[in-house]
Amino acid sequence: MVELLAIYVLWKREIIKLFREKERIIGSVAMPLMFLTFLGFGFSQASLPGVKAGISYIVFLVPGMIGMNMLFGSMFSGISVLWDKEFGFLKEIMVAPVSRISIALGRIAGGATTGIIQGLLLFGLSFFFGFGFSESFSLSRIIAGIILMLVFMVLIAISFLSVGLSFASNMRDAQGFELIINFVMFPLFFLSGAVSPITNLPPWLQFLAYLNPLTYGVDGLRRSLIGSSMFSLQFDLFICLAAAIALTSLAAFFFDRSSSV
Amino acid sequence: MISAIFMTTMPAITVNNLTKKFNNFAAVDGISFAVEERECFGLLGPNGAGKTTTINILATLLPLTAGSATVAGFDVCKQKNQVRQSIGIVFQEPALDSRLTGRENLEFHAMMYGIDRLTRQKRIKALLELVELSEKADVLVRNYSGGMKRRLEIARGLIHRPRVLFLDEPTLGLDSQTRRLIWNYIKRLNKESDVTIILTTHYMEEADDFCDRIAIIDHGKIVTMDTPANLKAALGPQASLEDVFIKYTGNTIRNIEEREKIW
Ligand SMILES: Nc1ncnc2c1ncn2[C@@H]1O[C@H](COP(=O)(O)OP(=O)(O)OP(=O)(O)O)[C@@H](O)[C@H]1O
Ligand SMILES: [Mg+2]
Repeated sequence: MVELLAIYVLWKREIIKLFREKERIIGSVAMPLMFLTFLGFGFSQASLPGVKAGISYIVFLVPGMIGMNMLFGSMFSGISVLWDKEFGFLKEIMVAPVSRISIALGRIAGGATTGIIQGLLLFGLSFFFGFGFSESFSLSRIIAGIILMLVFMVLIAISFLSVGLSFASNMRDAQGFELIINFVMFPLFFLSGAVSPITNLPPWLQFLAYLNPLTYGVDGLRRSLIGSSMFSLQFDLFICLAAAIALTSLAAFFFDRSSSV
Repeated sequence: MISAIFMTTMPAITVNNLTKKFNNFAAVDGISFAVEERECFGLLGPNGAGKTTTINILATLLPLTAGSATVAGFDVCKQKNQVRQSIGIVFQEPALDSRLTGRENLEFHAMMYGIDRLTRQKRIKALLELVELSEKADVLVRNYSGGMKRRLEIARGLIHRPRVLFLDEPTLGLDSQTRRLIWNYIKRLNKESDVTIILTTHYMEEADDFCDRIAIIDHGKIVTMDTPANLKAALGPQASLEDVFIKYTGNTIRNIEEREKIW
């Protein structure tokens, strides 16, 4: 009960601040929208090997951009721990009689909610950039697709919030975190099939892509939204869920060991 | 027999040969002391003496290198959660979320300590009045003055009615009026409820007025420990606590940063 209240209040703190600083929501979709504009229009006529015939590139790209948005937002929000440390507020959190796991979960819950709001905004805006559901989709298929999209969004967010939190727990300050996280984030992005099918990569890079949980997240988003994917839905869900659980445990472990002073 | 005596006079804090090393530098170097329940115990010492480090260890925020310590009867290494439940702390450095309002900061704290809504509202209202922040309660903390932030932090440390209260330079940066107000309140709290207080301060008069006992700590070691009256008496009839402090810790400035500030 006390633990749940703590998770709730940690979540609430994030949400209060998010709505107080709405520009953060807008800012986060700027980069994926830029990608959609330049890549989407640039390649609109080209047919990319690995993309199923009849699916335009922009339609192929949108689930990838949603994945990218979740990845970037989630990884970066690890920085909030370091800001809390810098402003001393982390001590206030860590001295409370609440298990470290609940504290990590509260942060992840707040970050995941933020990510989903941003992801949904991007999804909505993508219709203005040429995205549309396939005409063969019934209304119930569309609704199921959106629900599945939300599930994958949550799993991607939890996984990469955990990665961000793990890095943040091992870092001293925000500057160092930014450097490292960019180093990790871009390979994860390019090796996820977000902008082009991973089957177009040379074998050794393909191998790395198969190790990347985001590959299955993006694939799952594609299956949900456009009905075309490399793996089965069950397989994507299973891998994403397993990654989320494993990475959350890792984050809780590192967070527990980290110093707040 | 002996265990029965121990049971009835269980000190609020025991510290045994406590040592904390950062790399190879001993910030706290084998200190021992005990604080009785309801006592107000002052830790004095020059900059860098190891006061904050000691408090951080007792508050479970830092692991110790050697020795042992208990707070409210619980081991600070093995029973962290029980220790956390028993203590309140006002940190030396600001520890507020400046993008939340004052009230939100207090709410956050109360909820982290599992206090129910009605009790929460009552206590927050009373404490805001006490530190005279009722009117500013719904303003973002980033718009508070330094003194207002300090008052808010003191209020926050009290919401959950801790048994042991750590105050690390609680009156740092406050004007004389506010300092008096805060001390009067802490004094009352100390007398009326059963709270034990450990504090650090660089204001000797405050320590003299307020502490039942004082330990002077320097280079991580306790150099003397007694009641303020005894400490002064040992030096001579006219001696002030300031004289005692200088006698034990010398005239040189300890902290390299402090020295740089002066240059
Ligand atoms: N995280 C840390 N890493 C390395 N050294 C540290 C760390 N924290 C404190 N120290 C060192 O330990 C010593 C004791 O510091 P501490 O903050 O406990 O002093 P203090 O008595 O509270 O001083 P002040 O009156 O200035 O607050 C100092 O020399 C400080 O530089
Ligand atoms: Mg200090």
